[in-house]
Amino acid sequence: MQILNKEARYDLMGKRNLALVLSGILLLISLGAIIVRGLNLGIDFTGGTLVEVGYPQAVELPVVREALSKDGFGDAVIQHFGTSKDVLVRLAPREDIESAVLSDRAFTAMQSIDPNVDLRRVEFVGPQVGDELTEDGGLAMLYALIGILIYVGLRFEYRFAVGSVIALVHDVLITIGFFALFQVEFDLPVLAAVLAVIGYSLNDTIVVFDRIRENFRKIRKGEAVSIINTSVNQTLSRTLITSGTTLLVLAALFLFGGEIIHGFALALIVGVVIGTYSSIYVASSSVLFMGVSRADLMPVKKEDEGAQEEVP
Amino acid sequence: MVLLVVLLGGLFALPNLFDQDPSMEISAQRDAVIDQTTESRVQQALDKVGITAKGMAQKNGKLLVRFLSSEDQLKAMDQIAAELGENYTPALTLSPDLPDWLVGLGAEPMYLGLDLRGGIHVLIDVDMEAAIEQAAERYSSDIRTLLRENKLRYIRISRENEQVVVKFNNPEKRDQASDLIGNEFRSLNLESVDEGDAFLVLVSLSPVERQEVQKFALQQNITTLRNRVNALGIAEPLIQQQGIRRIVVQLPGAQDPAKLKEILGATATLEYRLADTEHSVEDAVNGRIPPGSNLYHERDGQPVLLKKRVIVTGNQIVDASSGLDQQTGQPAVFVSLDGVGAKRMRRMTNENVGKPMAVVFIENRTTTRIVDGEPVKVKKRVEEVISIATIREPFGRRFQTTGLDTTEEARDLALLLRAGALAAPIEIVEERTIGPSLGQDSIDQGFKSVMIGLALVMVFMAIYYRIFGLVADMALVMNLVLIVAILSMLQATLTLPGIAGIVLTVGMAVDANVLIFQRIREEIANGNSPQTSIQAGYEKAFSTIIDANITTLIAAVVLFSFGTGPIKGFAVTLAIGICTSMFTAIIGTRAVINLIYGRKRVKALAI
Repeated sequence: MQILNKEARYDLMGKRNLALVLSGILLLISLGAIIVRGLNLGIDFTGGTLVEVGYPQAVELPVVREALSKDGFGDAVIQHFGTSKDVLVRLAPREDIESAVLSDRAFTAMQSIDPNVDLRRVEFVGPQVGDELTEDGGLAMLYALIGILIYVGLRFEYRFAVGSVIALVHDVLITIGFFALFQVEFDLPVLAAVLAVIGYSLNDTIVVFDRIRENFRKIRKGEAVSIINTSVNQTLSRTLITSGTTLLVLAALFLFGGEIIHGFALALIVGVVIGTYSSIYVASSSVLFMGVSRADLMPVKKEDEGAQEEVP
Repeated sequence: MVLLVVLLGGLFALPNLFDQDPSMEISAQRDAVIDQTTESRVQQALDKVGITAKGMAQKNGKLLVRFLSSEDQLKAMDQIAAELGENYTPALTLSPDLPDWLVGLGAEPMYLGLDLRGGIHVLIDVDMEAAIEQAAERYSSDIRTLLRENKLRYIRISRENEQVVVKFNNPEKRDQASDLIGNEFRSLNLESVDEGDAFLVLVSLSPVERQEVQKFALQQNITTLRNRVNALGIAEPLIQQQGIRRIVVQLPGAQDPAKLKEILGATATLEYRLADTEHSVEDAVNGRIPPGSNLYHERDGQPVLLKKRVIVTGNQIVDASSGLDQQTGQPAVFVSLDGVGAKRMRRMTNENVGKPMAVVFIENRTTTRIVDGEPVKVKKRVEEVISIATIREPFGRRFQTTGLDTTEEARDLALLLRAGALAAPIEIVEERTIGPSLGQDSIDQGFKSVMIGLALVMVFMAIYYRIFGLVADMALVMNLVLIVAILSMLQATLTLPGIAGIVLTVGMAVDANVLIFQRIREEIANGNSPQTSIQAGYEKAFSTIIDANITTLIAAVVLFSFGTGPIKGFAVTLAIGICTSMFTAIIGTRAVINLIYGRKRVKALAI
């Protein structure tokens, strides 16, 4: 079975100006959303207290709210989590109680509705820890980008490295922008997912770049545009199949993996879709834009790719 | 080779298929030992409530008792605890029911993280500023003694934050004292300052000494917390340093965060001081506190004047147990001191028979409050006199303290004294508690998504690449077995994001095969023979696969180095998945493809 015709030769690069406009719009929306609406940061970054409980029967939120406000937790944010039996409560810091024991008091208050309530989860993050995590998270993203820039620069050529990093920044910004736009909670697992998106998107880009390099060396005639176009076409079905299988498992994770993993799966789904698009358009177009030519890619003879060079 | 790896992988993945028995781990405290007698006592306890144990075994100085159901386990818990008494701590746990030959191989199931097995994780911040101040306080008392012994008259010795200020009325004495202090305590920085007719020596801790103090405070706190946790009876607790001032405590299976936090955070200690009988308490209440004394209050609010000099502190207590005073029947704590403490106590009580001595109960609390949107640390020190009694006769190493309200309180105080005081106040800055039901749900949901994801990808590959697709499917299953095997062998922690990492790997692992198969198709389209196409397909895809995977590996390494707990789990499974998938997708499938197409002439490939 084949999805794409063997001789598929879409004029993908011809549409690169259209893609430029599309990427531009997406980036503007993302940046706008991040600046105007901001990220709905989880307590991992802001600090705070969160309690998840499971009641034996379905419970109405107003009942929980009343029980909590009786004990002075009037400003708690209460929501159902997954099912109508599970309740998630976010607590604001209070002057009169130590932050670390806030959750215990709230749980006791919720026990007054039904003593058989099950404590499913408590997360308390002190403000200083939250600040550190935010800082570390930003640094981690920076380190990942730098590490990749160096590796791709060594293996390929600096223009490719820059091209792949442009694609990565593009993917990361749009994924984060998605979370800002729809105000989906951005917590630690989501940050991990964004870092995984960096790895995934790059994986895709590298495969296309590899082909571009090979073709530059193999096809002696032809302009850069047409060679890149051929390369992208040749790798197109692989790109789509791999993204397809990855999206399949991510969909399974999103649907069956439980409430806690939702944001994580969502970030990866958005990231993989954008990553696939960007490895076709953004990365290759950037390389083209920076004016890569055959001379830049002539093999250094001692490299192991030298052997492939002789294949006509 | 491939076969060998698969067999080994299968073997080490095997333990994960066995059920976990509800069990109990019994460990001995202090000088008690686990032996045959313990085993028979446990057996007696079980017989009393009519429970049959599934098995009992001694391992690493601990006794592991297995039960048929968790109801039996819970019922047996109280009975066994009562039978064995205070010197043994039973802890509930789960342990896999493995056949002996697997145990002999050292094979174990995966180590589940707290988010999957349930439990409590807290991150504790040690108040280093307070540790430094305490050290300065100690030095100020040492300096006082030193100057007195050398008959050097000073006006005042006081501690101001992290500095000790010694005041003299002429520069000669000041310089003499400065030399003396400098010779005696080489780790201190001294500075001479003239302030009108006051001549001061400013004493502060040298940077090296500060570091030492902080290191000691952290180490001491870790030891203390470990003792307290051990006394709680929780299997496999993890207590370790994180950074220069934080301690992580992880207690798998623990259920009651409120009680735990109370025990961990308590910094209660005792101090024994002589009462000041020479001065009037009333004057002191009105603000005229005599030098050398401090004003305290009893529990009922009664003011008491006590000498500043401490006879012994909680640090010198080596053991403590609770009980009832034989004469009055009041709850009491029986205390044993170490050598230095006993010597001081004997000397002081000897010199002061007939005078009253007080026991001061001290508790430090640090909390962070939000004031005007900014976190501010608030420290609170509670000091109360719990008992004041006349010294009837000199005593030394062992004695008792009364004055506590309830037996419960006596027991808690004994536990805290036994476990030692914390060298510096602590504050809980992060808590993550996962209930057992949520953990089990996460495991079920994670397992389900792995299976569904796997099935979807396998069906797709089989349809799209036919025979080759089936080979890739085999590689995929093998990959999964290998990931589980490696996780079990390394005993790396499997977390919920870790399972997500496995799911992601399933989706991405076929990538290598897709790359290879697309190449083979291309070669065939170019008119090459099937055998050459297979050969060329594998060769040409190779460098692409390596490049693509190394970049993902870089992301995984960064994740690992920055991440905490669950995120680390994701990085670990992702990294392991990348490595195993390269092996199975390249070498594994090649071996199978060769087996199918290797020795015969093939006209067409089912690809």
